[in-house]
Formats: sequence, structure tokens, C-alpha cells
Amino acid sequence: MEKTKLTPEEMRAKLDVVLAEYKGEGQKALMATLQKAQGIYGYLPLAVQKRVANALNVSVAEVYGVISFYSFFSLKPKGETVFTICMGTACYVKGSQLLLEEIEKSIGISTGEVTKDGKYSISACRCVGACGLAPVILVNDDVYGRLTPEEIPAIIAKYKEA
Amino acid sequence: MDLFRAHVLVCCGTGCTSSSSPLIMDRFSDLLPTYGLDKEIKIVKTGCFGLCAEGPVVVIYPEGVMYYRVTPEDVDEIVSEHLLKGRYVQRLMTLSTAQDTSESFSADDSGFFKKQMRIALRNCGVINPEKIEEYIAHDGYQAIGKILTEKVDPMSIIATVKASGLRGRGGAGFPTGSKWEFAAKVQNDTKYVCCNADEGDPGAFMDRSVLEGDPHSIIEAMTIAGYSIGANQGYVYVRAEYPIAIERLSIAIEQAREYGLLGKNIFDSGFDFDLDIRLGAGAFVCGEETALMRSIEGKRGNPTPRPPFPAVKGLFGKPTILNNVETYANIPVIMNKGAAWFASIGTEKSKGTKVFALGGKVNNVGLVEIPMGTTVREIVFDIGGGIPNGKKFKSVQTGGPSGGCIPASLLDTPIDYDNLISVGSMMGSGGMIVMDEDTCMVDIAKFFLEFTVDESCGKCSPCRIGTKRMFEILTKITDGTGTLKDIKSLEELALALKNGSLCALGQTAANPILSTLHHFREEYMEHVVDKKCRCHVCKGLTQYYIEPNLCKKCSLCAKKCPVDCISGVVGKETYVIDSENCIKCGACMEACKFKAVVKK
Repeated sequence: MEKTKLTPEEMRAKLDVVLAEYKGEGQKALMATLQKAQGIYGYLPLAVQKRVANALNVSVAEVYGVISFYSFFSLKPKGETVFTICMGTACYVKGSQLLLEEIEKSIGISTGEVTKDGKYSISACRCVGACGLAPVILVNDDVYGRLTPEEIPAIIAKYKEA
Repeated sequence: MDLFRAHVLVCCGTGCTSSSSPLIMDRFSDLLPTYGLDKEIKIVKTGCFGLCAEGPVVVIYPEGVMYYRVTPEDVDEIVSEHLLKGRYVQRLMTLSTAQDTSESFSADDSGFFKKQMRIALRNCGVINPEKIEEYIAHDGYQAIGKILTEKVDPMSIIATVKASGLRGRGGAGFPTGSKWEFAAKVQNDTKYVCCNADEGDPGAFMDRSVLEGDPHSIIEAMTIAGYSIGANQGYVYVRAEYPIAIERLSIAIEQAREYGLLGKNIFDSGFDFDLDIRLGAGAFVCGEETALMRSIEGKRGNPTPRPPFPAVKGLFGKPTILNNVETYANIPVIMNKGAAWFASIGTEKSKGTKVFALGGKVNNVGLVEIPMGTTVREIVFDIGGGIPNGKKFKSVQTGGPSGGCIPASLLDTPIDYDNLISVGSMMGSGGMIVMDEDTCMVDIAKFFLEFTVDESCGKCSPCRIGTKRMFEILTKITDGTGTLKDIKSLEELALALKNGSLCALGQTAANPILSTLHHFREEYMEHVVDKKCRCHVCKGLTQYYIEPNLCKKCSLCAKKCPVDCISGVVGKETYVIDSENCIKCGACMEACKFKAVVKK
């Protein structure tokens, strides 16, 4: 994905553009600013939080408060390849827990963790809304549906080669 | 304007997009010119048809032939056979779940569609959501046009909404017209109209499908609402997890602005109205109206006590109305066809239709819209096509984490707001998850509590602490260490939450437990007293066991066991699992080719 290729300088420059757009707008622009900032960095480190706070003229505490409230915002970087398992009711009833366990076993980390080399992370999400394909997993932005645990190793292998 | 002899409709809802419907679109676009058909056949990108389990779905008009589970490779055959020679591709016309393989359906005569009535979803899967002209051709913007050009009295619009009997489709079922009336009567120069598209119930995707399939109907309805209460600005609060819905709504807003249907002086009436999109960031509590408004203000989504109600003091402290997507989708039709027409559909206290996202252990997974008063049985068995793999129906869950489970004995309950509450569930936003005999009801209650523990905003203690304690008790029960006292504690805590929580999230958090305790108490008792889970879902209560007379002494299970707790001798002694050391990973069961390993 694009965000992994940006250099720190490029990320900074992109954030400058975003901050200029929302400068001085205050709290009401906070969510949108953070969403764009996370789109650039992949997560929201303290340095970015401080810059957002300065630009919008709100306190860093307010910024941190909002970030820690919403699950979409992340304080930690994710892996280069992110496995997301849908744990919505439709998927759960159709066995997504088994898919989750299979993926955890194959990658060797638990949900919410990143491998030491920063290559993979696993997360569980509420519902991607593709209930017709349940159970569903996402690998980065690719959707795989109607899965059984037996199909997981082949999917993981596909991303390990790449 | 060009005339086409046939239209190819390709579903581009989220489900079908995930299973490569964009590639199918591309393949059609590539192929039609090579057959010289591009001038006579039009490809239309549509929203959801509803039959998501059979996606990607392609429909060809004028015949109304539906093709299921189409792959990009199948497109060649559809073009060369159907479009060129008029011969249907039979193999793609059979539902994968159909019992009888000779059964094939056109869009109108399948059981899935027969009992449905499409009002909110009227344009989904019919028009191209990215073209405002198609919405207009289907009576779109006619209602607002009439209202603004004839300068209809706002109070008479509200009277129409009230007379229609429309109730909020987001969960609680508050009468929409009354809500508008409160806000209209408050004097203030600035008012707001908000749309709740933060569809947080796991397993529900109605609102997303409307936004993806018919975004202009929401714009029109919100403009009508704005005119009725005297607001000039609206906000649609959409989940960030719905990229396709956000994109199509953005396109629709742009087009409406270009056509002068949003912005200053709409229809030269002197009425100004504009819309903006605000993205959610993954907090279930933001579906609660006060929390949602705090979130639009850029704050943490904590609910605030009511009163003051949003109609008096809402977004940015101004009078505000908030309705959900499906509620709005009904408004233009009510305006065009009249309150009496709408009120003639449904039951005494619940008028019109309701959209449900039918999912779980049911054959026809998808989006269904039924008149109020349709029974649960009709939805699950007639529309849903019953339970797959010959399993037995156990329960249907509605209302998401705030709702409950309806058992088989209540299958003939006609669906409306009041009936669902009386059987211990609720309408909710419209998720409907079917469960079969393999679903453990205690585990399901635990699943929903885990969700509410995670999503509780933490502001009030009954919800923050209560949900956590209930989750811990359920974990104890599913691990096999529960006692009868635990069940009593669950009931007490449930009552405390219901009475003591600040917002609906906490007040209804115990419903999944209460309804399963009420309808499936015997399963709780088995977990606690007999230390058994009849569905073998709860690992703490499941034992793996090798049937001696089925065991072929091959040693495969012992080789796969990660903790070496299976002993035996190849070819001589049957294998035995040492249940003390067994970690219940299930590897032996997967390994055994003779089905000798069973769960007990």
C-alpha cells in the first residue's frame, strides 16, 4: 500500500497540507483531521497528535481523549500485512472464531499484536457488512468469504510469498 | 437519448463487490463492443438486490432473468448465449441452495422475492446510484419539488408524516412525525437535520445498502425534513467502515448541488439546504443520538442525559432531529403516495415495511423488506429458504446487542415493534441472525456481552462495571465452573443495568442474557449443573473421546496431538485421550479419517 512507501519527509509534507486545510477550526474538525492524519501515517504517534492539537487550537489531552475513545484510531503501527477477522454476529455464528484461532496459530501472535519484524498483525473487527459471504476475513483490503479453517493456510501463504 | 433493447444490471453492493462484481462489469464492457452490442445493450451498475448469499448477482431486463454466483469467466457465455442468441444460461439460474435443481427463478417469481414489499429498498438494484437522472426518472426529487414550488405549509408535511404512522427504523421506534413536530415548534434561527448511518449492530447492513443503492432518496428526505423544521444544514454520520457507501453518497451530494437540489435557493423557493458527511470512527455507542451528536462535534462519543432532548438542544446546542437511513428512505414515498397509503400497510401500531439483514444459518442470506406483521416463520422459511444442511432451527436473534433470541415456539409471532418487545427482543435496526441446533445460546449471550463490554463508553458505572461482571459470570459458566448462584447474580445485575444506566446501550445490554435465560434456561442449567454444552461449543465443557470400536489404531491422532496426550500402539491397541492433559485443540478430530474422535 501507498503509505508504507512514503518517507518521513513526504508524510510530514502531506500532513502539512491537511493541517493547513483545517487550521484554527477547533474541535469540530478534529475527527476529520485525525482520520486523514492516520491515512498518511498508518497510526497516530504523539508527535502527530501534538501537531494536530496545535493546528486546530485544541489541547493535546482532548486529541488523545478522542483517539483513545474510537477504535478506528490506532496509537501503534500495524503490520505491513493486516489480517482482519470479522466477528460480527453473522460471521460468529458461522464459525469465525475458528478462523481467528487458525490465523493466530499460523502466524504465531494473538489478536491485536504485531509480529516482531513488523510484517503481520491480526485484528478482529465488528462487521464489514458482507454478511452474505460469512464468515469473512480481510487481508489488507482483500475480502475472502465463505471460508473454512482449512482454507486459511493457503491464503496466508499467498501473502507470505509477496 | 439512446434506446437500448436490453439492460444488464450488475449488483455492486459491498457483498458482490467483495466477490468481484467490478471485474464482471469490466468484462461486460470489454465484450459488448466486440460483439457489436454496445449500442443496443446497456450495462448498469446497481446497488444491492438483496440476495447476497448468491452473489455476485447479474439481472438482465426486459426478461428479468437473474444469474447467481457469476464469475468474470461466465460473462462470455452470458453475452454469446443470452444477449446474442436469446438463450438463457440455465446453469447460472439455479440457486445453489435450491433443493430441486430444475428450479430456476426470474427476478419476480422466486420465493425470496414473493413475500417481500419494497418501499425503502424500492430503487436498490434497480437504478444506478451514481446517476441522479435515474433517481429522477423513478419519481426522485418529485416530492421536494412539489413541496418547494407549491410552498406547502411545513406543519402539513409533519401532519402527513404523523398520519402515515412511520416510526423510527433505528431501533426504539419513536414516531417520526412527533419528533419532527417537537423540533419544528422550538424557535431558533439555527437548527440541524442529522442522519444516523452509523450502523453499528454486527450483522446488520440495511442502511449501508440503501446508501449504496439509492443515496439520493436520503438527500431528498433530509431536505424535506430540513424544510419542515426550519433547518438549513444537515449531516450524515456514516461509519468509516463503509467506503462504497461514503463514495456514492459523496457523488450524490455533488450531483444534487450541480442540479440545484442542494444549496442556496432550491427551486427558486428561497429555501437553502446543504448536506455534509461526517465519518464515524468505530464506536458502537455513537448510534445513540446524543453520543452521535457529540461525535459530529469532534468530541468523545459519550451520551448525555435527556432531557434536554435533541429536538430542543442537540447538535452544537441547537434544535436537531436525527433519523436513521431507512426511516428517511420512506419519506419521499410517503410524500408521493400519501399517508393513507402507507398507513394501510402493516399492523395496528407499526405501519409500513421493515428491512432486515437476514444472516447466519439460513439458506438465502441477504437483505429482505417485509410488510410489518409478517411472521418470523415466513421470513426464515419462505423468504430465507430454511436452514442449510438439514439442521434444526433453534432461534432467531433480532435487535443486535440490545435485542434477544426468539425460540422456535414463537416462530409465528407477527413482526412489529410491540410484539418483538413482548417476546423479549426488539426491532433494533434490523439485523436478523438465524441460529441452528449447533449454536450454544449461553455462548451467544457471552458473545454479545463481550461486545457491550468493549463498546461501553465508560461514563456511567452500571454499564461500565455491570457489563464486565456479567461477562465474567458468563465466562465462568461456559468454562464449566458456574454455579446456580451465578444465574441469580446475572438476573440481579441485569435489572440494575436496566434501571441504572444512562443510555440505551446499558439499559438494553442485558437483553441477550435475559431472553436466552427465559427461552433457553435448560441450556444454562446443563452448563451449570450437568457441566455439559449440548452444542459442544463451550470448550471448557467439551471432552474429546475416541470411540474404541471405530478406532483403526492408525496412530494419526497421536502424531497430530500437540501435547502428546493420546496413547496407544499402532495396529495393536486402540488409542485413548488423556482428558486431564488434553488442551481441546481439535487436531485429533481433524486428523482422524474414520470419524472415531468425537466430542462429548
